[in-house]
Amino acid sequence: MKARIHITLKNGVLDPQGKTIHQSLEGLGFDGVNDVRQGKFIEIELADGDAAAAKAKVSEMCEQLLANTVIENYAVEIDD
Amino acid sequence: MTAAVIVFPGSNCNRDVAVSLEAALGHKPLMVWHGDSALPDVDLIVLPGGFSYGDYLRSGAMAANSPVMREVISRAGNGTPVLGICNGFQVLTECGLLPGVLMRNASLKFICRDVDLRVERADTVFTSQYTKHQVIRIPVAHHDGNYFTDPDTHKALEDNGQVAFRYCAADGSLTEEANPNGSLANIAGILNEAGNVLGMMPHPERIADPLLGGLDGAPMFSALAEAIAA
Repeated sequence: MKARIHITLKNGVLDPQGKTIHQSLEGLGFDGVNDVRQGKFIEIELADGDAAAAKAKVSEMCEQLLANTVIENYAVEIDD
Repeated sequence: MTAAVIVFPGSNCNRDVAVSLEAALGHKPLMVWHGDSALPDVDLIVLPGGFSYGDYLRSGAMAANSPVMREVISRAGNGTPVLGICNGFQVLTECGLLPGVLMRNASLKFICRDVDLRVERADTVFTSQYTKHQVIRIPVAHHDGNYFTDPDTHKALEDNGQVAFRYCAADGSLTEEANPNGSLANIAGILNEAGNVLGMMPHPERIADPLLGGLDGAPMFSALAEAIAA
């Protein structure tokens, strides 16, 4: 069973990396880009078991280590 | 009156801060490895600068969860002074001893130069040998020093007088140009509510000996030596 975790900056938190990527994309001639936000993607292989329990466990991992909830949101998906 | 310097894999300012502490205390501090869950009985704990765990995941995130930190958190709760410099400040925010977070510098560049700091609190165990609003010049060297917190926490920090140092111009004015990394309200260092935990991005240990070109950092170590000797 696999957990996929997206960690993104909360709204209102400045993202200088996203801003710089945005500028580079425009520099390359890509138009129509309104905004860029950069985050993290983490995959975790879990022992097979109950998906709801796995989601709760991975959410706890996010709270304790994977995300800094002062500035980051996280979203957990479980693939059975 | 003993001090401990906590050493994580990737710490690199532990030796320099130990030299500064030895000069002030008159004897060597203990060097405590991160994997030790037992911390000797000490009067001061220092978390040095560096790149603990290679800054993996987020600066300080791994070190904040190392065995010795559980003991550091417990000692801080009992009033033992804890000083975190640079990566040590990042560890203190990640482990929850200090509020907020140190984000990537607004310029995205690693910054290594001397900056002017305004002393906001001169009535703490760390800063008692400075005067309020004194301007001191201390080096910074970091990639993630952009202090951020939510507006409520920021208001609480200001209301409680928990800001210890701010980046300033040479005349002490708080300008945007004097802010090297984009930190909220030019914040360079903060205290916990009780005033016994200080985290700061600048490196006082790098300017605490005449051979290093100045002594502006030395009063912090002599103040601490005096406080823990008393």
